[in-house]
Amino acid sequence: MDKVLSARFGKIKPDSIEEYIQAGGYEGLKKTMSMEHLDAIEEIKKANLFGRGGAAYPTGIKWEQAYAIQRGPKYMVCNADEGEPGTFKDKHILSEDPFELIEGMTIGAYIMGAKEGYIYIRGEYAAIQKIVKSAIENAKKAGYLGKNILGREGFDFELKVVSGAGAYVCGENTALVESIEGKTGRPRQKPPYIKNCGLYQMPTILNNVETYSCIPWIIKDGGEKFSSMGTEFSGGTKLMCLSGNVNNRGVYEIPFGTTLRELIFNLGGGMKDGRKLKFVHLGGSSGSCFPESMIDTKICYYDLKKAGFSLGSGAVLVVDDTHCAVDYLKTVMEFFEEESCGKCTPCREGNHRLVEILDKMTEGTATMADFNKMKSLAQTMKTTSFCGLGQSAPMPLITLVKYFEEEFLEHINGKCRAGVCSMSGKAGK
Amino acid sequence: MEKVKEILNRYGNSKDNLIQVMLELQNMSGTNSLPHEWVVFVAEALDMPVSRVYSVITFYSMFGTEPRGRYLVEVCKSGPCHVSGAKNVLQLLEEKLGLKPGETTEDEVFTLIQSSCFGACDIAPAIKIGEKVYGNLTSEKLSEIVDSYREGQHNG
Amino acid sequence: MDMINLKIDGFDVSVPKNTTILEAAKQLNIDIPTLCFMKGVNEPGSCRVCVVEVAGWRGLHPACVTKVSEGIVVKTATSTVREARKNILELIMANHNRECLSCPRNLKCELQTLCNDNGIDAIPYEGKVDKGCLDTSGPIVRDPNKCVLCGRCVSVCSKIQDVSAIDFAFRGAHMTVTTAYEEGLANQECINCGQCIKICPVGALQERDDTEKVWKALENPELHVVVQTAPAVRVALGEEFGFAPGTNVEGEMVTALRRLGFNKVFDTNFSADLTIIEEGNELIDRIKNGGKLPLITSCSPGWIKYCEHNYHDFIENLSSCKSPQQMFGAIAKSYYPIKTDVDPKSVFVVSVMPCTAKKYEADREEMNVDGLKDIDAVITTRELAKMIRQAGIKFAELENSKQDSILGTYSGAGTIFGNTGGVMEAALRTVADKLTGKSLDCIEYTAVRGLDGIKEATVNIADMEIKVAVANGTGNASKLLDKIRAGEANYHFIEVMGCEGGCINGGGQPIIKDKSTTDAVKTARIKGLYDIDVSCEKRKSHENPEIQKLYSEYLGEAGGHKAHKLLHTHYTAR
Repeated sequence: MDKVLSARFGKIKPDSIEEYIQAGGYEGLKKTMSMEHLDAIEEIKKANLFGRGGAAYPTGIKWEQAYAIQRGPKYMVCNADEGEPGTFKDKHILSEDPFELIEGMTIGAYIMGAKEGYIYIRGEYAAIQKIVKSAIENAKKAGYLGKNILGREGFDFELKVVSGAGAYVCGENTALVESIEGKTGRPRQKPPYIKNCGLYQMPTILNNVETYSCIPWIIKDGGEKFSSMGTEFSGGTKLMCLSGNVNNRGVYEIPFGTTLRELIFNLGGGMKDGRKLKFVHLGGSSGSCFPESMIDTKICYYDLKKAGFSLGSGAVLVVDDTHCAVDYLKTVMEFFEEESCGKCTPCREGNHRLVEILDKMTEGTATMADFNKMKSLAQTMKTTSFCGLGQSAPMPLITLVKYFEEEFLEHINGKCRAGVCSMSGKAGK
Repeated sequence: MEKVKEILNRYGNSKDNLIQVMLELQNMSGTNSLPHEWVVFVAEALDMPVSRVYSVITFYSMFGTEPRGRYLVEVCKSGPCHVSGAKNVLQLLEEKLGLKPGETTEDEVFTLIQSSCFGACDIAPAIKIGEKVYGNLTSEKLSEIVDSYREGQHNG
Repeated sequence: MDMINLKIDGFDVSVPKNTTILEAAKQLNIDIPTLCFMKGVNEPGSCRVCVVEVAGWRGLHPACVTKVSEGIVVKTATSTVREARKNILELIMANHNRECLSCPRNLKCELQTLCNDNGIDAIPYEGKVDKGCLDTSGPIVRDPNKCVLCGRCVSVCSKIQDVSAIDFAFRGAHMTVTTAYEEGLANQECINCGQCIKICPVGALQERDDTEKVWKALENPELHVVVQTAPAVRVALGEEFGFAPGTNVEGEMVTALRRLGFNKVFDTNFSADLTIIEEGNELIDRIKNGGKLPLITSCSPGWIKYCEHNYHDFIENLSSCKSPQQMFGAIAKSYYPIKTDVDPKSVFVVSVMPCTAKKYEADREEMNVDGLKDIDAVITTRELAKMIRQAGIKFAELENSKQDSILGTYSGAGTIFGNTGGVMEAALRTVADKLTGKSLDCIEYTAVRGLDGIKEATVNIADMEIKVAVANGTGNASKLLDKIRAGEANYHFIEVMGCEGGCINGGGQPIIKDKSTTDAVKTARIKGLYDIDVSCEKRKSHENPEIQKLYSEYLGEAGGHKAHKLLHTHYTAR
């Protein structure tokens, strides 16, 4: 199989532009510069590329819309705030082949006429920021960034790395933009949307690391070829992050259409210590949890949607039967409780109260009323939260309750089948 | 304050760079935190209300407003590490350092904190000390790591 | 105009483009509940109480910030909406200090009403996140554990007042509204204007309660307790007892104060007239003798503190005149005791003010004469209402009565001190007469009236073009001063009021429960003051007979030595 994203991983010095070029780098940019802007966008549309950050918006259409906006200056922004638990694919791109991202953004800048770009990298990746900064420096020296790129008069593009400082919510587009502006990362009211009114209130093209990194290949080898690697509904390949109780954890580049079972049992080498697969948590903490019976679903935006799930960031956390669904859920909800920005009531207070109820469950003191309130609250959070964080935070709860309701009921009756929960309050119940 | 000024100048004395400035200041502080007087100085230099700067630095989890140890020992508590034995790692570290999360050793070398996922799920359970990530941790490995910091084999 | 047609709860409505669902629903007499929303001031769309269903749209949407679009079908009270609203209110209540009965906002609390209207009968959660300590460091008291994080106070403090003493801090369930480093407000750039109190939907913000101090003084037989009431109090106090906003209840108020036991009931309107004499004199002196211009009024203590923090280069422009409150105190402890043979040390001066910053002003170190504090206690309009209720006085039934002499007579000019533009107009009435040496008939300066943030006028007096400006609210003052700094504007005389609309909208005034009527209430209170002005026999400060007597029998010259000692002050860059 052709690798789109990981072909150079481990094979070149990450910040060496010479090695990148030798390995076929910057062909995409050069080709773009010989094309009409709209033809380049057309190529991306043909690629059937969907945003890899989690929202899965068709990139070609996003770029077409952004291109049509007359106002300027336009900014290119990359979301490298990879904070979704279980996700570490962007880290690999940033640290092993940062030029494919830089080239992707430069292609975008050429098409959009943007003069400035920002890569917002989470603060936890401080070591990786240095690699990316060094790569940018080297690209500049070689004439691939800065003024008159590749000798083309007026093709100027400055790229900067901006560091996050520890806030998951900054992965939300508007919060990210606020954070680049030096503010607290609390999301903005939409509309207006980022494409019209983003960074410094200007039109902004914002994509995930992986999305941008697909662009050079698409331009170089053609959208159709890219598309044909995947399924009818999802073009290309995807970096999947396999973690949890499997033998071979890591990042795998797979063509769309691969099943979760193939990923877990073939590439991932199956369950660790021969345990039984209890559930998969797909797409990060804000994704769905489902049992083994559903892992024959194809990794494809359409198939997953049909099954009621979302691919999210491409995180696949595999959990074996030594774990308790309620205890696991509590850990996940503690994450959201901690990471909620605090702006809207349902997310700020809701996650906190879900943890409170789950605490009671693990202690064996929860009642049916608590359980019902938890379910009702989860729905309210999903429908009324201000941004995607709060809207998706209850997803693991909703799906775990759907597939493992019995286990929740057992906890209300003071029993944890996995023997994980303390049930310390049971005696006093 | 000269050093603070220098960093502010390097970032063009711009409000937009508040977070970048604060990250550098914290790195430079030696206490893994932002001294109160620096924060007030930065607010005045950038013509911002101190309340707003305080709002920003308390929003982001990486900033400290109280002095912390030279090394932040961060134990991931998110899902992937949780199912890979993060609780044991935390317990071992608590014992080894004699700390509860949020506390600092008396010699001001280590502060133990629990953190959200930092993307080391393929080597979970993982911890992060400064910018370095350690994974696939066992009891022995943890001891060695902590000792290497105690013995000063790492800078910054 | 582009009109948008939509359906709300089954009824058609047509509204202009860019209208919100909330406003569109109002046209159909549907009041969608809101909490954080405060039009034009705070529109974060964050509390989510106002969520509604729109057919075909995923999830629920906040009516306050969602614009209408053609053909949408909105439902505001379906079971999904009601369940969501209930869940959200329960969440807010769960972390709210629910000591409603002992809360000063009891029965005037927006959250209480919301819970009542939306069937909140029990709170299904147990724990509480501690959001910090009660801040009693200054005249503004903050209880973070009552705060519902709507952000209105943060917005009014930063956007309207340009003070930014408070902001959100921390995140998630630990998010709170606080000062930098959670220090007491008194140590901050807070100007004590109390606009945060007025806009708070619950009882998280209130003024320091000084009523007990006043009760104790009234009970102390050793003390001679006199009271002054600021101009703006009389047109707002009635709201606490069922009168319409703007109703002049001066007569009832004076009677009530006597019933409470004050030895003498005087009036700040009197000392407002006194301020005009001194300030008018200062203006003429600065114009004629090349003094620092523009002269800027100094009667608003919120504005003064704002200037001391933010505009050091304008401190010399501030009038050296004490405010009417402080002038009153100085006279009540000097001239008044001599005239009535009372021991000055036994005189206890109480102010009833529409203002929370007056509590701060009274405690400023320099506000004393020879160690005798000008003012002994300051209570707000709200606190006076509370005292009246405590005493069981049926306010609405009271007969009218008049203030006592010799510090109780006032002119129309002294009265309009209570609204934006009023000090300017009062000053011009006197300055015009002084400069022309005539008693002019033309005394209404309408260009400086009204609720505009900044008002400008050029007045021709005795062949002199006097350029004046009025800024109301410190945010507007800031804009005006920035223009002067930039050399884009220049004036002889500027009036600044710390609060929008002037004292009638001060932080100590009755809480307007339906905040959407705020502007109407402001206008009504202002009209109340101008009505009094028109009805006054004397409408110029220098024609006030008690003021004339004060100068002839005690002070001597305006701006003279005695006046300086008693009636003038200085400021400190902070």
